[in-house]
Amino acid sequence: MKHPIIAAGLSVIAGAASAQAPVLTVYTYDSFVSDWGPGPAVEAAFEAQCACDLQFVGAGDGAALLARLRLEGASTDADVVLGLDTNLTAAARETGLFAPHGIAPEGLTLPIAWDDAEFLPFDWGYFAFVHDVALADVPGDFEALAASDVSIVIQDPRSSTPGLGLLMWIEAAYGDRAGEIWEGLADNIVTVTPGWSEAYGLFLEGEADMVLSYTTSPAYHLIAEEDPSKTAAPFAEGHYMQVEVAGIVAGTDQPDLARQFLAFMLSPGFQEVIPTTNWMYPAALSPDALPEGFGTLIQPAQALLLSPEDAAARRDAAVATWQRALAR
Amino acid sequence: MATRARPLTAMHWTGAAFAALVALSVLGPLGAVMARADWPPALGPGDWAAIRFTLLQAALSAALSVTLAIPVARALARRRFAGRRLLVTLMGAPFLLPVIVAVLGLLAVFGRAGWLNDALAALGLGRIDVYGLQGVVLAHVFLNLPLAVRLILQGWQAIPAERVRLATSLGFTSVDMRRQFERPLLRAVLPGAALLIFLICTTSFAVALILGGGPASTTVELAIYQAFRFDFDLGRAALLGLIQVAICLGAGALAFGAIRRQEVGAGLDRPPLPWPGDTPIARLGDAAALIAAALFLLLPLVAVLLKGLPALPGLPPVVWEAALRSVLLALASTALAVGLALPIALLVARLRRPGLVEALAFLTIAVSSLVIGTGLFLLIRPFGNPVPLALPVTGLVNALVALPFLLRALVPAALQADATQGKLAEALGMTGAARLRHAILPRLARPLGFGAGLAAAFSMGDLGVIALFSTPGQGTLPLEMYRLMGSYRTDDAQGAAVLLMGLTLALFWVFDRGGRLDAATR
Repeated sequence: MKHPIIAAGLSVIAGAASAQAPVLTVYTYDSFVSDWGPGPAVEAAFEAQCACDLQFVGAGDGAALLARLRLEGASTDADVVLGLDTNLTAAARETGLFAPHGIAPEGLTLPIAWDDAEFLPFDWGYFAFVHDVALADVPGDFEALAASDVSIVIQDPRSSTPGLGLLMWIEAAYGDRAGEIWEGLADNIVTVTPGWSEAYGLFLEGEADMVLSYTTSPAYHLIAEEDPSKTAAPFAEGHYMQVEVAGIVAGTDQPDLARQFLAFMLSPGFQEVIPTTNWMYPAALSPDALPEGFGTLIQPAQALLLSPEDAAARRDAAVATWQRALAR
Repeated sequence: MATRARPLTAMHWTGAAFAALVALSVLGPLGAVMARADWPPALGPGDWAAIRFTLLQAALSAALSVTLAIPVARALARRRFAGRRLLVTLMGAPFLLPVIVAVLGLLAVFGRAGWLNDALAALGLGRIDVYGLQGVVLAHVFLNLPLAVRLILQGWQAIPAERVRLATSLGFTSVDMRRQFERPLLRAVLPGAALLIFLICTTSFAVALILGGGPASTTVELAIYQAFRFDFDLGRAALLGLIQVAICLGAGALAFGAIRRQEVGAGLDRPPLPWPGDTPIARLGDAAALIAAALFLLLPLVAVLLKGLPALPGLPPVVWEAALRSVLLALASTALAVGLALPIALLVARLRRPGLVEALAFLTIAVSSLVIGTGLFLLIRPFGNPVPLALPVTGLVNALVALPFLLRALVPAALQADATQGKLAEALGMTGAARLRHAILPRLARPLGFGAGLAAAFSMGDLGVIALFSTPGQGTLPLEMYRLMGSYRTDDAQGAAVLLMGLTLALFWVFDRGGRLDAATR
């Protein structure tokens, strides 16, 4: 019977120790907090300067994160939510759970202007079809892809943020013609997966010629595996962006610390961790500071991005169009 | 069949209480989600199509799984050969694998770039396309055929050697064997096995979507996922959960109504005897069934092994820690599941119309773990932070989900024990704990070992609800494997998959073997 008492004693001591430092609770998606994500390095760097205890709580992907926050409502323990993208921020804003960040961001290196009172970007990427360099006759736009017999794996927009990104890509590039494009792509699509991991896994197994991923994906293979065999196909329509953001929860009991974290998020201590853990472009880091290997990536001529409100308004109709075109 | 009502003991009342608790553990969270929803909830436009597709693919998968399992189980029951036990254990592996590993293994054989298509191309033949309804059913049969084989095999093993000897002395032909033994056995075992597989397939999501090839293969589970994550429509999610309850109870009523209890009589546990009426054609048929099943079930596993083994030694420490955590969690879940299942199985065996009780327990696999997990989250939250409880809650949910497998393994054996040795014990005035210990439990050892093995393996391999609660430093092995996959580390993920497969099979083997320790003569 001794051990439970000792354990209880230890937890009281541990509780007392952490009671001295204020706790900042950050909700984020699961891959951010995993041992291979940015979480561990970010936590160490911020705790070195904040005299606080930074606690990450992981929840699925960006969509799961927002659902979790909505479930908890105003009584949430979160002080900061990190990892929504601009396809989700309109719905997030509508909950009324976020407070203005009050930060005038400096040194942002996004290819677009940023003006959002509630959300600040921490990283971004271009969606792209990744393929093996050996692939012949790589299509240069969606119409060429639809006309070709190149096979692709994509993600379901209802369960995956890249899947939704592809939907918005075609919306932004083709508008009313999106349905026609999807009908043309239907016979190129080997299958649709619930999430990014399954699609990328199928691609690596050789089930399809190309997979929907990011222009930065080949950098992983190049840097971590010294494998230069993967590249991304530049599309003439331009490439849709995914911008990942963070915001302060209105009901936070640590507003100053939360603001300090968001400012830290745009500083080198956070930004330098991003390229080789999240394999995305940092939102506020000079291109010169990117790791070697990022220089080899394709540079889209045009960045496409619907505003959060536009993306939210067009989402349901776009999913219905997608379902109709592929259900046959 | 029990012709007179016999009194229920404390053990049976415990079983009733546990069954009620189990039903509550599903319906409570469902109610909690419903209570948080906007009123009135409504289904979306695509939901009826999702329900139709779900029922269609699950019915096809269940029917095909049990039909193909009959010749395989028959062959395993009447043949003795070197490596038979190893084959039985290994053939169970697909059922124990996390679905994404199974899918990748299956695609390595049947996919566009798979071995089968390579072989067909080398022979100058046309390619097969696995994606579509055929792929969904193929994958579900791959995953569930092992379960069907084992459940039917268990029915064969329940036939006492004395009756086989009698059949031999009466000069039974193989036709007589089918009529006298196999047909009643299948009527006793098949409906329950088919129901279990049907329900597992109704909650399929990733397998159905990936192998179905697109949104035409949307299942109810995906619709629930969409309702929660994409539309945050809790009412619709809860309504779809209720439809899963209705499907479970409806299918349960059909299946349990079709069960005819097997009357095989009592035996003295003598070693099995060769079957009468054996012919060269029968031998050839059995060999063909075994070889075909072994190839179908084992080749994808070989593909998983070949890909993952090189990465196994270099796996990062966090994966090994997660593996230890998963093993401990699986043991705890198994203990809980066995503790729940035993009294419920004894109760079910005693009731005249037991279908409802067992169908209630089956709700745990029929209702989406996303609904149950979210409901539990809502129920726990007013009393404290659910996040530190991630592991205990995952263990609890895993135990609940393993319950139907344990029951399907235990109930037929409990029925038989009750009808044979149980009656004998009562005639001797043996009641209560003594009757349980000397007359009933020894008859249950083998199915209990098998069921506990399934429970442990299931808890080990299933992602479960931990993904809903995940925090750093609490990951289970399946979760870490998904994390590796999600961060481009495919090689390590494949290594982790092999580790998971090995540990899961080992756990299953230990329990399954443990159940047969006293049965050295068999």
